[in-house]
Formats: sequence, C-alpha cells, structure tokens
Amino acid sequence: MKRVQYLAIPAWTPGWMMVMAALAVIIAIAGGAVLYMEHQGHWVTGMTNQVVWGMPHVFAIFLIVAASGALNVASIGSVFGREPYQPLGRLSALMAMALLAGGLGVLVLDLGRPDRLVVAITHFNVKSIFAWNVILYSGFFAVVGFYLWAMIDWRMKRAYKPAAITAFLWRLILTTGTGSIFGFLLARDAYNAAVMAPLFIAMSFAFGLALFILFILGATTALNRPLSMELVRRKGRLLGLFVAANLYFVAIQHVTALYMADRVAVETFLLLQGGLYTALFWGGQVLLGALVPLILVFRPNASRCRVRAASVLVVLGGIAQIYVILIGGQAFPLTLFPGMEVSSSFQDGLVAAYAPTAAEILLGLGGFALALLIAVIGASALRILPASLGDGDEATAEIILAEGDPVAAP
Amino acid sequence: MSQPTSRRDLLKAAAIGAVAIAPGLTLIAPAAARPLGTGASAANRWGLLIDTSKCDAGCTACVDACKTEMGLTGHDRPLTDSQYIRKVDVTDPASGHRHSLPVMCQHCAKPPCVDVCPTGASMKRADGIVLVDRHICIGCRYCMMACPYKARSFIHEDQSGQKPDNPRGKGCVESCTLCAHRIDAGGQPACVESCAKDGRAAMLFGDLNDPNSEISRRVSTEATSRIRADLGVEPAIRYQGI
Repeated sequence: MKRVQYLAIPAWTPGWMMVMAALAVIIAIAGGAVLYMEHQGHWVTGMTNQVVWGMPHVFAIFLIVAASGALNVASIGSVFGREPYQPLGRLSALMAMALLAGGLGVLVLDLGRPDRLVVAITHFNVKSIFAWNVILYSGFFAVVGFYLWAMIDWRMKRAYKPAAITAFLWRLILTTGTGSIFGFLLARDAYNAAVMAPLFIAMSFAFGLALFILFILGATTALNRPLSMELVRRKGRLLGLFVAANLYFVAIQHVTALYMADRVAVETFLLLQGGLYTALFWGGQVLLGALVPLILVFRPNASRCRVRAASVLVVLGGIAQIYVILIGGQAFPLTLFPGMEVSSSFQDGLVAAYAPTAAEILLGLGGFALALLIAVIGASALRILPASLGDGDEATAEIILAEGDPVAAP
Repeated sequence: MSQPTSRRDLLKAAAIGAVAIAPGLTLIAPAAARPLGTGASAANRWGLLIDTSKCDAGCTACVDACKTEMGLTGHDRPLTDSQYIRKVDVTDPASGHRHSLPVMCQHCAKPPCVDVCPTGASMKRADGIVLVDRHICIGCRYCMMACPYKARSFIHEDQSGQKPDNPRGKGCVESCTLCAHRIDAGGQPACVESCAKDGRAAMLFGDLNDPNSEISRRVSTEATSRIRADLGVEPAIRYQGI
C-alpha cells in the first residue's frame, strides 16, 4: 500500500480570500432574500396555496440528496475496500456534511416560522417522516463527523471500519427518508409510490458524485495539485453507472404509473402535455442530464474536460429532475372527483401556475454557496485533500493506508 | 268565568310546548355548551351531511358566512388568500350533468395532515375535529401536500381584522375548524346556519355518534357518500348526490 500525504488548503492567500469573499457575498444576498420573504410573507414568492413547495425546496432537496451521495466515495473506499477511492474519503465526508448543511439551511429558512425551529426538536410526532428526518439529518452530522475523525486521527483507526459502515447505512436510511416524504403522500397522483425511496437513493449517488468530481477538478486546478487521469476516468465511469441507475428507476416510476388507469392523466401531463415540465423532463433530465453524460463518460479515453462537462450536466439535469417531481407533481390538480370536471374559486381542476421569483432562486443559490464555503473552510482547517492524486512520476505520494497506519502530513 | 290555571295544567302546557319546539331546538343547538375546563369528548363525532340537490351553483352563503365568522378578510389575491370552504362545481363529462357543493376540511378520522405533521401541530380533537395548533405550527406546509381535499391554506401575509375565536398568524397553516368555538358553546357551524337562512338548508350538522341525532338518523336511512372514500381516511363530512 502506498502512502498518502494530506495537505490543508493554504488559507488567507489572495485566491482563497477572493473565493471566500465571493461566497460570503452570495450568502449575504441569500440572507437578504430570506429577510424580505419572511418580512413580507410568502405572497411575494411564486408559491401559493396550490404550489406550496417551490424553488427553495428544489435546491434544498437537491443539496440534501446530493449530500448523502457525496459520502459514497468514502463508502466505496472503506466499506467496499476499493483502494483508489480511499485518499478521497476525507473530502467525501466533509462534502457530505457541507452539502447537508447547505440544503438544510435553505429548507429551514423557507419555513413559515423559521423562528420556531426549536419547536421541531421539542415537539416530535413519531408518525411523521418529516420528524424522523429531523433525527436522520442531525444524526448524519454526528455519524459522518465521527467517521471523518476516525479517518483523520490514526489513534481512532479501530473505529474506522465500524464508523464507515454506520455512516453508509445511515446515509441509505436518510435518503430513504427523503424519498418517502413523497412516497407517503397518498393523495397526490404524481407521488405516492414506494419506488420514490430507491429512486432518491439512485439520484443521490449521481448528484453527489457529480458535485464531488467538480470539487476535485476545481480544487486540484486551483491548488495546482496533480490529478491522475485514470482516477478522473474511473470516477466518470462510476458517475455513468449511477446516472444509468437513476434513469432505470425513473423508467420504473413512470411505466408503473402509466399501467394504472387512474394515473394516466398525471403521466400524460408530465410526459406529454405539461409544457415546461415536459420539456424539463425530456430535454433537461433525460437528454442533457442523463443520455449526454453517459455518452461523455463512456467514450474511450474520456478527457478531463468531458468528465467535467458530464458532471455539470448531471447537476443541471438533477435540478431539472427535482423541479419536475416537486413542482410538476403539485401543478397537476388533486383529484377530488375521479372522472369529473371540476371548477372552483380555489383553482380546483386547474393546472397550477408557478414561476419562481428571484428571492427564491437567490435563497437556493445561497445554499450552494454555504455548502461550498463550509467545504473550503473545512479543507483549509483540516488535512482533507491529498497533496497529490497523481500517478507515476507526478505523484508525490499516493493511496492512504486506510486501515494500516495513516500518515500525518508535515 | 275563567278557572284559575292549576299547576297540573301549567305542566301539561309546558310539556306540549317542549315537544313542539324540541325538533327546532335540536337543529339550532344540537349539543349543550361544553363547560369550561373540560376537554372534547370521544363520545361525540361531529359531522355534516350535505344534500347537493339543494345546493345552488350560484349560492355562496356558506362561503360568505365562513369568511365573516372566521375573519378571513383576504387581500384580493385568490392564489394566496385563505379559503376554509369553497364551492366546487362538478360536471360529468359523459352526461353533462352538473352539480355544486361546498368543500371544506373533511375532519377525517384518519387525517393524513395529522400523520405527516412533524411537530404535532396538526391534531385531531377527541370529538374528531381536526385543527392546527397555531402555537407549534412551524409553517412547513407538509400537511398541505398531504391533504387529499386541498382543504388547507397557508397564511401568506400579515392579517388584520382577526376574530378572537380564530387567531391567524403569518407563516402558519390554517383550515376549517368546523367552528369548534361555536360547537363548544352549544351552537353549530356558521356555514350551516347561513345555508339554512340564506340558502336551501342543504347542510345538516350533528353528532354522528349519537344514534338519536338527525344526522345519524338520515345517514342510517338514506344513501350518503364521502369525497374520495377510496382513500380510507373516513371523513366526517358526508354528501348526498355526488
């Protein structure tokens, strides 16, 4: 086994300061958007009594789902013993926590009463999957934090494997919980399916790895650290596998629904006649978010540029996918009287209109910025990133002795 | 020469009078006021029976009464203003048959909104009335996603002209309370009262657990149905003619 040397990102350099300042500005703007929306009330957003969850939730769900997926690289290295992934375990765990913090930040700040957040902890409805998620999300920080500690501190090496397995199982349950937020909604034709849980797990694998690849590519470029092309291609192919798994569950979701006569209407809406939602599904989610990335990563000798492009497309396709699930599913009217045509003063029977406002989008982007800020600060304060991910002569060191004797950097 | 009214005659007259006005009293005040300090009782199951054949498409007496009773002044923003009760016009595309009916919180026996609420703010009283505890609602709107009847509204902005019986805070979710404040005082919901006065008395309020109540008698002898009965959430609002 080769050794891996880890080096913190050098802080307080001009480049570092610029990145920090840019992220801080985005977060400050998002904070301003929150104050505006909370002060005025939600009527200034695009959200209504018909579309009750909007753009902030699209971003929040994307980040929360991606968080558990970002942990996969660590899990593959530790739980499944794949050595090439082990040097990236620390970053994987850090990114998982950072993304979850970003997502939860957005989710919490969109509540009608964010000031009552403590109520969510002091009052607990055991039957609510939302309440369970409060435990799953906060537990994720503890479990993954401990896992990260076990990876960094050689004195904790006995805890390394159990921590890795616990974190892996926890993340699977966590994403099951997130998918079940939709799976458990009995009255909404677009949701209410057990496949939501595994679908969300497949989504998390793809989105989390795509963000992870983008961070690694960006960090190694910015820090001028070597990065093996073989590692990039390997990650690209893994991303392709996850994207294919996501497509598979999407197909299962829609084909199953199409087979049920009472769900043909909602499927026709989403897949054929839904306007923006149909365009986002076929153009954004399926074509740009899945088929094109698959071609890019599975071409022989895919370049770094291609893997980066594929990752960007998977992220954008993922946001499109959650938009279609979340907003499209709500836009389709609830069925109160099956087989009947209905109308009312409360938009019954009508496809609900929704257009996100700038404030909602800014809040969502703030979540991304917060996640990146935490990741960069974490990687600056701790030895998270390998000094080199190169191979051959360009490498100064390689592969951590994950279960042997981890080496502290000088 | 008139005979002085004996005590016996007086009692007899009172008994006849009581028998004569009792049905009317039953309609207006189906239950005695609940004494202060006592909780709602599982012995009651408050519900409504709505005869859609008596509900005119253009009539909004119930909706108007609800707005007045609950202080739903609104801001002329139909997409975000709260509606506890709405008139839904239903057309059968095959036959062209049309009818109209009011839809409000159905006060389900197995309410999905209560199941999904993370804090327990969505709750069901012992007597089956489903309410939102405004003190612990965090405004997550998951109950609105879960409600099969679209019965809930989110308070999208500051409210004025609030009624003491229905405090409304920006950022919380709200819905029909079945006029719990009136029921607790021995009355009946404002919509029912208004329908009897200004409409065609299409709505009947009562205790579904009391076999002697008018609503129980009719539900046991006439065909009634519930909206989306297939979902199994067992609403307390029954309809005829849907």
